[in-house]
Amino acid sequence: MDLIFFGLAGVALISGALVVFQIHPLRSALWLIVNFFAVAGIYLLLHAEFIAAIQIIVYAGAIMVLFLFVIMLLNLRQPEEPTKAPYSAQKVVGVALSVAAAFFLSYGLSQVKMCPAAPARAGLGNTESIAKLLFTDYLLPFEVTSVLLLVAIVGAVVLSKSKLK
Amino acid sequence: MIEYVWLIPVFPLIGFMINGLMGERLPKNLVGTIGSAMVGLSFALTVSIFLEYVKLPMDARPVEVTVYTWIASGGFKAVVAFLVDPLSLIMLSVVSGVSFVIHVYSVGYMHEDPGFPRYFAYLNLFVFFMLVLVGANNFLMMFVGWEGVGLCSYLLIGFWYEKQSASDAGKKAFVVNRIGDFGFLLGIFLIFWTFNSINFREVFTLAAKYPVGSGVITAITLFLFVGATGKSAQIPLYTWLPDAMEGPTPVSALIHAATMVTAGVYMVARCSALFTLAPISMMVVAIIGAATAIFAATMGMMQFDIKRVLAYSTVSQLGYMFLACGVGAFTAGIFHLMTHAFFKALLFLGAGSISHALSGELDMRKMGDMRKHIPITYKTFMIATLAICGIFPFAGFFSKDEILFHSLVDGHLMYWGIATAAAFITAFYMFRAVFMVFFGKSRVEEEVAHHVHESPPVMTIPLMILAVGSAVGGLVGIPIIAGGHRFKEFLAPSIIYSAGHHEAHYAISFEVGMMLLSMLVAIAGIYVAYRMYIRKPDLPGVLAKKYRVAYDLIFNKYYVDEIYDMAVVDPIKESSNFLWTGVDNKVVDGAVNGSAGVVAWLSAHIRKLETGFLQNYALAIVLGVALIVGYLVGL
Amino acid sequence: MVVPLPYILGLSVALFALGAIGVLIRRNILIILMCLEMMLNAVNLAFIGFADYFKAVDGQMFVFFVMTVAAAEVAVGLALVVAIFRQRATVNVDDLNILKW
Repeated sequence: MDLIFFGLAGVALISGALVVFQIHPLRSALWLIVNFFAVAGIYLLLHAEFIAAIQIIVYAGAIMVLFLFVIMLLNLRQPEEPTKAPYSAQKVVGVALSVAAAFFLSYGLSQVKMCPAAPARAGLGNTESIAKLLFTDYLLPFEVTSVLLLVAIVGAVVLSKSKLK
Repeated sequence: MIEYVWLIPVFPLIGFMINGLMGERLPKNLVGTIGSAMVGLSFALTVSIFLEYVKLPMDARPVEVTVYTWIASGGFKAVVAFLVDPLSLIMLSVVSGVSFVIHVYSVGYMHEDPGFPRYFAYLNLFVFFMLVLVGANNFLMMFVGWEGVGLCSYLLIGFWYEKQSASDAGKKAFVVNRIGDFGFLLGIFLIFWTFNSINFREVFTLAAKYPVGSGVITAITLFLFVGATGKSAQIPLYTWLPDAMEGPTPVSALIHAATMVTAGVYMVARCSALFTLAPISMMVVAIIGAATAIFAATMGMMQFDIKRVLAYSTVSQLGYMFLACGVGAFTAGIFHLMTHAFFKALLFLGAGSISHALSGELDMRKMGDMRKHIPITYKTFMIATLAICGIFPFAGFFSKDEILFHSLVDGHLMYWGIATAAAFITAFYMFRAVFMVFFGKSRVEEEVAHHVHESPPVMTIPLMILAVGSAVGGLVGIPIIAGGHRFKEFLAPSIIYSAGHHEAHYAISFEVGMMLLSMLVAIAGIYVAYRMYIRKPDLPGVLAKKYRVAYDLIFNKYYVDEIYDMAVVDPIKESSNFLWTGVDNKVVDGAVNGSAGVVAWLSAHIRKLETGFLQNYALAIVLGVALIVGYLVGL
Repeated sequence: MVVPLPYILGLSVALFALGAIGVLIRRNILIILMCLEMMLNAVNLAFIGFADYFKAVDGQMFVFFVMTVAAAEVAVGLALVVAIFRQRATVNVDDLNILKW
C-alpha cells in the first residue's frame, strides 16, 4: 500500500515541478491536471472519496478547463520570457525563502506530538457524513458560499464584457 | 466700626467698577462725583475708625480684622486681613485724605479730556490698591497692593497713550518697578522660609529671637530694600520718576508725590523689627537715602520743566525719609512722609494750576510775573514752598528738622552734612522755581498771555485745603513744647526696635540750636536763589558758561539714563534678539521643522517599497511567512 | 490501510513550496495563477490528511469550502486577466507596474 502512496506522491511532485518550470502555459496547465489527478488518488487512500470525486470534477474538470479556455483565448504563441535576465535577485531570494519556509514548516510539524483519535463510528459513508455536517453545523458557510459564487459569476461577466460604446 | 475696616479699600473699588464699566455712558459730572465720593467715604470711615481706635484700651490694640482666607495650602496660609494700628491708621488717613482732595481737583483739571471716565476709573483703582497695601496685615497682601499700584502707575503715566513718550514712560516705570519687585518677592520668600509665616506680627515676634547682625535677617532686609528702591525711586532705580511726569499732573501729585512712592518708606518702617536687627542694612538704607537726597537735589537745580523740578525734589525728599529710617528714626521718616504728602501734592497741583492758566505751558523759561494773575495759586504754592524748605512754622520745618537732628545724633556727622547740603540746594531750587514763575519779568508768549486766568474753585479749593495741611500739619510733631512728641508717642507701638533703643534726651539748647542752624541753611539757599533770579537774572547764564562741563553733566542728569541703556538695556535687547533668532528660530523651530523633515526623508525612502511589481509583494508575503513560522517553531 | 501523517504533511509542504517558488519566479500571469492553485491544493491535502488522522470529517468540510472559493477566485482572476490583456496586450506581470510610488 505504501507503494501506491509513494507512486502517487512521486507523480504529484514531478508534475508540480513541471508546472513550475514549463515555458508554455498550455503545457503547464496540462501538467497541473496530472497533479490534480494524483492528489485525488491520494485522497482516495485517505478515505475521502467524496472529496476525491469533487477534486476531479471541480478542479480538474472545471477550473483547469477554464484555464485552458483563457489560454487559448489569449492566443499566446510565443514563449514569454523575452529579455529579462534568468537569475535576478528576486528569483534567487524567492527560491531561498520558499525553501527556508518549507524547512521550518516541516521541522515544526515533525516536532508536534499528535495522538490519533478513536476510530470513527462505523457505518456512515464519506458522502453521508459530509452531508450530515454540511447541512447542520456548517449551514451558514454553505449559504454564504452560494452568495460568493453568485458574486463571482457577476464579477466575471462584468469584467469580461467589452467596453460599451 | 473697626470691623468694617475692609470697606475702606472697597469703596474706591466700587468706584472703579462703576466708572470703568459704565463711565462712558454717564455724564461727566456724575463720573467725577462718584470717583471723588468713594474716596471721600473711605476717608470718612478712616477718620471714624481712627477716633474709635484711640478710645480702645492699650491691650486691645492693635486690631486685626480678617476678611477671608485666600490660600490655605499645606503649611502656607494667606489671608485677606487688615491690621489696624497707629502706622496703618496714619497711612490710611494720609492716602485717603490726599486722594480725596486730588480727585476733586481732577474733576476740574481733566474736564476737557476725552478719557475722563477712564481716568477716574484708574485713579479709583489706584486708591484701592494703595489702601490694600497700607492696610494689609501680611506680606503677601501688601505685595498684592504693591504690584497693583505699580500697574495703576503704568496705566496712568501712559494715560495719553497715543503720545509715544507717554507710553514709553509708562513702560519704563513698570519695568524698573518690576526689578525692585523681584527683590521684594525674594525677600518675602526668604521671610516665609525663615519664619514659616508671612503675617507681620508673627514674623516680628519670631524675629526678636534672632541675634543682631544675623545673616539671614540682613539678607531679607536687603532684598526688601531693593523693592523699596524700585517703588520709592531711590538710587539706582529712580530713573522712572522724572519720566513719569508724562502723565496728567494730578496723577503726579497723587502717585508720584503723596502715596505710591511712599510705599517703600512705609514698608521699611513697618519692618522696623527686621531692619533694626541688621545694622548693615540700616547703613545701606541711610547711605542710599542720603546719596539720593543730594544727587537728586543737584539735578533738580538745573531743570526747566517745572514738573521735572518737582519730580527730582520728590526723589530727594524720599531720600530724606530713607535716611531717617536708616539711622533708626522711623517716626521722623513717617512724619516727613505725612508732611511731604501735603506740600508735595500741593506743589504738583499748583504746577497743574499754573499750566492750566498758561494753556498747558510747563517750561519755566516761558513763565514769569504770574503772581498777580493767579493769586490763589501763588499763595498756596508759596506756602508749600516754604514748607518744603523747612521754614518755621510750616509743616516741613518740623519733620525735616527731626530728620536732620537724628541723622546727626543717631547717625553720623557725614549724614548730617550731606542732608544739610541737600537742604540748602532744596531751598535754592524751590525758590528758583518760585522766582522764575511768579516774579521777575514776564516771559510768557503772546497768545498765551491773553488767556491767563485763575483756576476754577473746584481746583483752587483743594489747593487751599492742602495749604492748610502744609501750614499746620507739623504741629503734631512739635518736640519741645510740653505735651510735645505727640506724633512720636502715638506711632511708637508700631515701630519695633529689636536691638534695643536709647531714648536719649538732649539738652534743649542743643535742639534749639540745631533748629536754628537748619533754618539758616534754608534761608541761605533762598537768598542765593534771590540773588540769581531776581537781582541779577543773567547770572545763571554766566555761571553756566563758566562751568560748562559741570553744567552739562548735571543738566543731562549725569547721563544715568544713557549709562543704563548702554549697560543694561542694550545687552538685554541683544540677548533677547539672540534668543529669538538663534534659539527660537534655529533650535526650537529647527527641532519642529526637523522632525517633520525627518519624517519626510524617511517616507521618501520607505515608499520605494511600493514597486508596483506583483512578485515583489508576493516575495514580501513569503518572507513574512518564513519569519513567522521560523519564530513560532522556535528557531 | 493507513497512510502515516508525516508523509502526507511532507508532501503537502513540498507542493506548497513548489507553488510558492512558481509564484515568485514566473512572469506569465496565467502560470502564476496556476501555481496559486497548486498551493491551495497542497493545503487541501494537509486538511484531508488531518481529517483522516483525527477521524473527524470537519477537515473535509474545510476542503469543500476551499474548493468553492478557489473556483470563484479563478473565475474572477481569469476574467481580470482577459480584461488586462484587452487593454495592454500583454500577460507579462512585469509590465503591470503602474501602481507604484
